[in-house]
Formats: sequence, structure tokens, C-alpha cells
Amino acid sequence: MSNSTSQQLRQHEPAPTDLERLFSDSLTAARLPRFTSLGLLVLSFAVAALFDVITGHNGLARLAVIGVLLYLIVHFIVARAVEGGRPATDGLARDLVTLAFIVALIPLISLIFETLKQGLVRFDADYFTKSMWGVINTGGGAAHAIQGTLIVTALSTIISVPIGLFTAIYLVEYGHGRLSRAITLLVDVMTGIPSIVAGLFAYSLFVLIVGVAQARMGFTGAVSLCVLMIPYVVRSAEEMLSLVPNSLREASYALGVTKWLTIVRIVIPTALSGIVSGVVIAIARVIGETAPLLITAGFVNWKNPNPFSGEMTTLPVFVYNQVMVPGVPQQPFYDRAWTGALVLILIVMVLNLLGRFISARFSPKTKK
Amino acid sequence: MSSQTAQPAMTDESLSPSSKSHGDSVFKGLSTGSGVLIVVILAAVAIFLIVQAAPALTHQDFPLGDGSNGGILSYVGPYLFGTLYSAVLALVLAVPIGVGIALFIALYAPRRFASGLGYVIDLLAAVPSVVYGLWGLQTLSLILQPVHRWLGDYLGFIPLFGGRVSGTGRSMLTAVVVLAVMVLPIITSMCREVFLQVPDRQIEASYALGATRWEMIRQVVFPYSQSGIISASMLALGRALGETMAVAMVLSAARVVNFSIITSTSSGTIASNIALSFPEATGLTRNLLIATGLVLFVITFVVNFISRWVVARRADFSGAN
Repeated sequence: MSNSTSQQLRQHEPAPTDLERLFSDSLTAARLPRFTSLGLLVLSFAVAALFDVITGHNGLARLAVIGVLLYLIVHFIVARAVEGGRPATDGLARDLVTLAFIVALIPLISLIFETLKQGLVRFDADYFTKSMWGVINTGGGAAHAIQGTLIVTALSTIISVPIGLFTAIYLVEYGHGRLSRAITLLVDVMTGIPSIVAGLFAYSLFVLIVGVAQARMGFTGAVSLCVLMIPYVVRSAEEMLSLVPNSLREASYALGVTKWLTIVRIVIPTALSGIVSGVVIAIARVIGETAPLLITAGFVNWKNPNPFSGEMTTLPVFVYNQVMVPGVPQQPFYDRAWTGALVLILIVMVLNLLGRFISARFSPKTKK
Repeated sequence: MSSQTAQPAMTDESLSPSSKSHGDSVFKGLSTGSGVLIVVILAAVAIFLIVQAAPALTHQDFPLGDGSNGGILSYVGPYLFGTLYSAVLALVLAVPIGVGIALFIALYAPRRFASGLGYVIDLLAAVPSVVYGLWGLQTLSLILQPVHRWLGDYLGFIPLFGGRVSGTGRSMLTAVVVLAVMVLPIITSMCREVFLQVPDRQIEASYALGATRWEMIRQVVFPYSQSGIISASMLALGRALGETMAVAMVLSAARVVNFSIITSTSSGTIASNIALSFPEATGLTRNLLIATGLVLFVITFVVNFISRWVVARRADFSGAN
């Protein structure tokens, strides 16, 4: 409620009453008619197009840049002449922030369009059932890479979720002293670790444990992903656990239930949907990681179902490899890469939507 | 030590068998242990990197590519430059646009669409970095190649746009644009949150004094959210410093210091150099690359720390509470 009024306030524009408008049109400050912006925009683009025709250039990007610049300048000058300096600056600011939003949409649209266009070429049954074993140029698929991604991500989820969840429980239910402050700070720091450094860490660790020859395997990749995933899980679980009202805990203690049973039977079930959705979104964030897996899990052309022995291809590394080390002719390799990109985006989207669905559908209905 | 748990535990002991209170201490041990484990993991990251980097730290004989040999510092120098240069340029591009988008969503866009528009920008954060790399390499570089030519032709006198124009578009400019797109959602989502926290009274007061919306933003929103914007930028900087795949795939990198952003030989970054060289590296070179990773770790650690510090300082002195 308060949020919506505040939103309203932010949207507030000093709206003139009828009387004010009557006067402002004639006496105090003239306002531009409502559709001036749209009209000027169309006009600017028309002039830009005309300019293109005269100079013999063409190209959509050029047209857009010239048209937008022309519009910004003309709109500012017209507003300044009619409304005065301050409203004109206000209008320019509005134009610029709107432009910022539209500019940000361009890469998103271009990326999705290209991925769909080039990714659908190889989006077929072979892609999901065949590996690259014995494939020289056309054909083949990414079944081995998809399998590897699923194994590595599953392993790192199995390791990260208990650690992350218990840490969150510690921070919310037990920790009050210096240790909990230190952990909160370090979790923040962990969020900022570059993914490639996480990869180097896992690799260094396993070089010391099993030696250089065996260090590159699926499990090493899973450990490196854990470093990236744990802070996400802690953050979201901590937030969800602290949302559980204290009255629930107190009611449980009053019935003589021990602290740990209260946590297991009362606190966690109440926060469960939020925790699960946080975990799903954490998975979505690490499943597309490339750099650490390039270092730790390696790259092979065949299926390797054993994460504890031998290199294991994952989908992001597969995409990277197809693009950076293509064979001849290059196109089949690029096609496989784009399809891999499409599959990755689809997986991440589905996981994100699933996370949102879980938190919306299964959250407890005790909002008040 | 046990003061916060004393009460329920005591109640329990008097009412039921001792197995339950046993469960209590096990559970507390588990969760405290997990918390400590996080401290251990982070310490382990630092220690294992140092152990593996140690052989390279003292070695003075790495080939530098130009015939001469040198130690780790002369090896990592150009990459350090590339890392900082690309990240800072990406921020120069992304911060104004990111803040603009946040303003648009929080203060300008129709209320009904605000959260939907925020979700659209968040989509940019969901795209894996290898997909950005692929897009930057095979789509964006082609789109931007004419821009390189134009910049070289008309603005070539500025050192930023000097030198021989890249024919493929695989340049620092393209890499910086990709990086900027990748950090945009971080800046936008954080700034949007801060903008929505600006006290309504101050907004109201500004309007009551006859300010236009832009004047209100300059008088009220920006001063209030200054530290939030700085902190968001620092977080984005940390992300841009550590970004690996997009830069590794887009840039045709070399171990050089080059200020021009449109030539085909650009300064590589620490992270991208590791990704490109590590899979084939052996022996001491591998230690050397881990040592450069340690350098990157320290830099991002400092940047993130400053960002948290700015936020914490703001919480202390904020008048909002």
C-alpha cells in the first residue's frame, strides 16, 4: 500500500487543473501539444532517411543514430523556444533515460535473434543423442557435453546446498558474535570471486591431492562451481529464514519443542518454497559457467559418465571449443556452437522461470 | 556461548529423554561447522593459490615474447593494464546507461510496466558469458566493424582511436561493449532499488518548491543515492575485472600495452590469458598462470571490499532510519 503511494508520488507530474491549463496556455507558460514528441520523432527519421537517400548511404544503424540525434536536438530547441529552459531540460532528461532503456534492449534483442536464427539450424534429435566421437565436420552432437553439464552441476548442487543451508541457519538462528559477522563478510567477498579464480583454486587443490595427471576431472569442476554457488545459496536461504516470523518460533518453544526440532519442523518448512526457489536460481547462475570448467573439467569428444576419472566435457566448454578451434569447413562447428548457446539459454530461462513459479505457487499464504 | 540456547534446551531436558538435546547440540555443531567451513574454503582458495603460485613468484626467467626474459611482475604487467583498461572503459560506457535505465524504470515508466521492464533488463544477467562471447565474436564484431572504420577516419587524432583499424572488429572496442552489456544489469538492478528508497517527503518537498521532475532527481534522488550508485559501479567493476570468456573469445589479444581501442592487437586481460593459455600449459608456465590468477584475486578482493565498505558507511550515516 505504502509502496504504491510512493510509486504514485514518484510518477507524479505537477498536473495542471483545468483552470491552470486555461491560464497557462495563454498567459504563464505555454505547453507543447501532447503529440509533439511523436511528431518530431517521425519527422526526424524522415529527414534522416532523406539525408541518406541524397548522400547515397544506407544502413539501419546509421539511420537510427542520425534520426535519434536529430530528434533530441530538435525536441530540445522547440521545447526551449515554446516552454522555456527548465521544462526543456526536463524533457531532454526524459528523452535520454528513455533512450538509455531502448539502447539496452538492442543487444538483448540482437542476441536472442541471432541465437534463435543460427541455433535452430542444428536443433535436432542428433544433437541431443550423439557425441562428437569420430565426427570430422558435419553431424555429431553435444550429448556428451549435456550429460557432463548435468553431472557436474548435480554434484556441485549436492555439495553446495547442505553447506549453504546450514550456514544460513547458523547466521539466522545461532550466530550473533564475531564469527557470524566474519562469515557474512566472507560470503559477500565470495560472491565477488572471479569464476576463473575459482577454477584455479579447485585445480590447485586436486593437483595437491591426486597429482597433475589426474587433476582434470568432472569432480574438480564441481568443486570449482561450489565456490561460486555456495554464496548464492547462503544469501537467498538467509533472506528466506529471517522472513519467518518470530512468533512461530516462540509458539514452538512454548510447547517445549527443542531448538533444532523447531528449526527442522517449523522454520524450514515455512521458508521451504523460498529456499528451493533460491537454489534453483543459484543452479541457473552456475550452469552456464565456462571459465572454471575449461580449466578443471577439460574437453573430450566422447561420453565420460565418471566424474572421478578422466576429463569431462560440459556444454559451455563445448560451445567455446567449437567456436575457437573449428575444423574445416568451419560452418558445421559454428552451427553446433550456436545450438549449444541456444540450449544453454533455454536451460537458464527454464530454471529461472521454475524458481519464480515455485516461490509464487508454494509460498505460505500467511502474508499478514 | 550457550546463553542464547539455554532456555529451550533446559525446558527440553526436564520434559523428555536426553536424546533430543543431543540432537540439539549435533544440529548446532552442523550449522556452526558449515559457517566455519566457508571461512576455511575462502582461506583455502588463498592458500592453494599461493602454494601453487609460489614457484613462479621467485623465478626470474620467463620468456616475455620479445626475446628478453623477466620475472612475474614484468610478465603480468601488460595483462594487468589490459584488465584495468577494459574494465574501466566498460564502466564509462555502462554506468551512465545503467543509471539512466534505473531512472527510467523507477521514476519514468508507467507503474504497471515497471517490474516487467526490470525483468527484461535482468534477462541480460541470465545469459551465460560464453554466449556473450559467441555473440560478440560472430555478430557484434561484424556490426561494429564500420564503426571502427568511422572512428579511425574521423577521430584518429585521439590516441584512443589511433593506429591501424582492425579489419575484423575483434578489438578492445567490441570487448568493452560486450563487457558493458554484461555489467549493465548489475548497475541497473542495484540503482533501481536505491532510487525506490528515496524518502517520499523529500520528493514531495522538492515538487512543492516547484521543481520539474529532472530538477527533483538532481536535488533529491542523486544526493540521496550517491553512495548506492558508487557501490553498484564498484560491484560492476569487480565483475568486469574478472570476466573471462567474453574477452577471451572477442579479443585478438597480445601481451602489449596499447591505448588504442580499435586496432587488431589489443592488450589481453589476466583472466582471458589464463583461459586461453592454461589448458595447454605445463610445468612452471602453469604456476605462472596461477600466480597471475592470484593477482586478479587480490584486485577483485580489494574492489569488492571497497564497495561493501561504501555501503556499510552509508548504512551508518543514513538519515533514513
